[in-house]
Amino acid sequence: MKKNSLWLCGLVVLLLLGLAGCAKKQAQAPQPPSPANKNLILSSTTDVQDTGLMDVLIPMFQTQTGYVVKPIYNGSGQAIALGAKGEADVLITHAPSAEQPDVANGDFINYQLLMHNSYVIVGPPDDPAKIKGLSATDALKKIAAAKAVFVSRGDNSGTNIEEKALWKQAGITPNGSWYLNAGQGMAPTLLLASQKTGYTLTDLSTYLAQQKNLQLDILVQGGKALTNIYHVMQVNPAKFSKVNTDGAKAFEDFMLSPATQKVIADFGKDKYGQPLYYADAGNIATGGQ
Amino acid sequence: MSVIGDGMIQAGRLLISGDPEVLRITWRTLQITGTATLISVVIGVPVGVTLALRKVFGRWLMVSAVNFGMGLPPVVVGLFVWLLLFRYGPLGFLDLLYTPGAMIIAEVIIAFPVVAGFTLAAIQAINPKMRFQILALGANRWQFLWLLLREARLGLLAAVIAGFGSAISELGAAMMVGGNIEGLTRVLTTTIDQEVSMGDFVLAIALSVILLLLTFFVTAILTWYQQHRRQPQ
Repeated sequence: MKKNSLWLCGLVVLLLLGLAGCAKKQAQAPQPPSPANKNLILSSTTDVQDTGLMDVLIPMFQTQTGYVVKPIYNGSGQAIALGAKGEADVLITHAPSAEQPDVANGDFINYQLLMHNSYVIVGPPDDPAKIKGLSATDALKKIAAAKAVFVSRGDNSGTNIEEKALWKQAGITPNGSWYLNAGQGMAPTLLLASQKTGYTLTDLSTYLAQQKNLQLDILVQGGKALTNIYHVMQVNPAKFSKVNTDGAKAFEDFMLSPATQKVIADFGKDKYGQPLYYADAGNIATGGQ
Repeated sequence: MSVIGDGMIQAGRLLISGDPEVLRITWRTLQITGTATLISVVIGVPVGVTLALRKVFGRWLMVSAVNFGMGLPPVVVGLFVWLLLFRYGPLGFLDLLYTPGAMIIAEVIIAFPVVAGFTLAAIQAINPKMRFQILALGANRWQFLWLLLREARLGLLAAVIAGFGSAISELGAAMMVGGNIEGLTRVLTTTIDQEVSMGDFVLAIALSVILLLLTFFVTAILTWYQQHRRQPQ
């Protein structure tokens, strides 16, 4: 009995010692400058996280400015809704049609073009609906006519809003057992489409990051209709007093600075052989690539 | 299948090399779920004991509430805690959203009914004659409670184990109120979810193996304690 207790104590002590060791290592990080209100909530679309872009940019920003960014990733629809409630300080989203009403009514200020890439329609390599090389709207028409499986994000994200706009342009209201509503992020939706041998609309960057797990090929790409545009904007402190104005401004300035824009433009080149994003600060985005 | 195999190998590699990021996330997981379990025990055991012993008014309804609480959908708990802690929400002044504190609150709400429910069952399983016997031997109130808890310790440890299990396995609520923020609220479950989204299934499996090992290790210590203390000497 006593022997056993001793054993237990020994184990616990060892465990604590090990953990204390880890804690010490953690405390040795260099100390950056220290603003008055350090906490900065970024409400952002998920795909900039899923590609790993934010894992590069946020540490850079934090070291340069001393702010602590709390990035909250959701579909653009929800990301915008959080900002419009004053629950975030700064936003990165890619659904211009959903952003603009909130810019117009003054929820968001300093609405700036950040970067763009493109949407693509991906599908099974044997392409049962024969959409390869078509325009986006023609491709959707053929998918609907063939009743081929199409997986929709169904989550009011930027990609989902773009998809709905494309169906509208094609003059089709998609429904039926071939049209699946995933209600999930881009990566799970791609995986679902791959497992169900279906088609889906995706941003190119998430597709490239996920490609090794998918049996999906790019079938439709290019054209102005498939341009995916990202904006950065601040939540209006005149409307929401709890907003970290200085932090939001610092973050937006950082994102639009030439140095950061260069990092964005180069991001992913080494891993995928092509850039994942095209830096746009100060430009008006023009057609796809 | 090769993903699972590769994941196991990578788990071994991460553990042997002592990858600092993985160690930090594991330690944070242990801190947050450990605190949540502790608070759940501090709240849940007295609630369970009271409901088992006292003929309080509306007892039946309260016991039902505890049993209902044992099956609370974590995503609902997460949603409520999230909305309550909003900057402009009722508890926004606490400034707790997207902190480990918020995760602990959500996990306590999920885990403490489990602890209370198990405690209630453990105390009620004691032969009522035992209670009279303890009192007949002249025990005061605190001695009575202490002896009763000692008698029910098998069930009480099961309560702690179950509470810890529901706290450490939490994903939905942890993601919502914690935000999976690197260096602050990123725990093993939320990291696994993120790695799946980022397409790194091998790392996701490796972290899953580490989460399972951690859960097994803690549970094994508690179980060892439970089983070896069974016969008072």
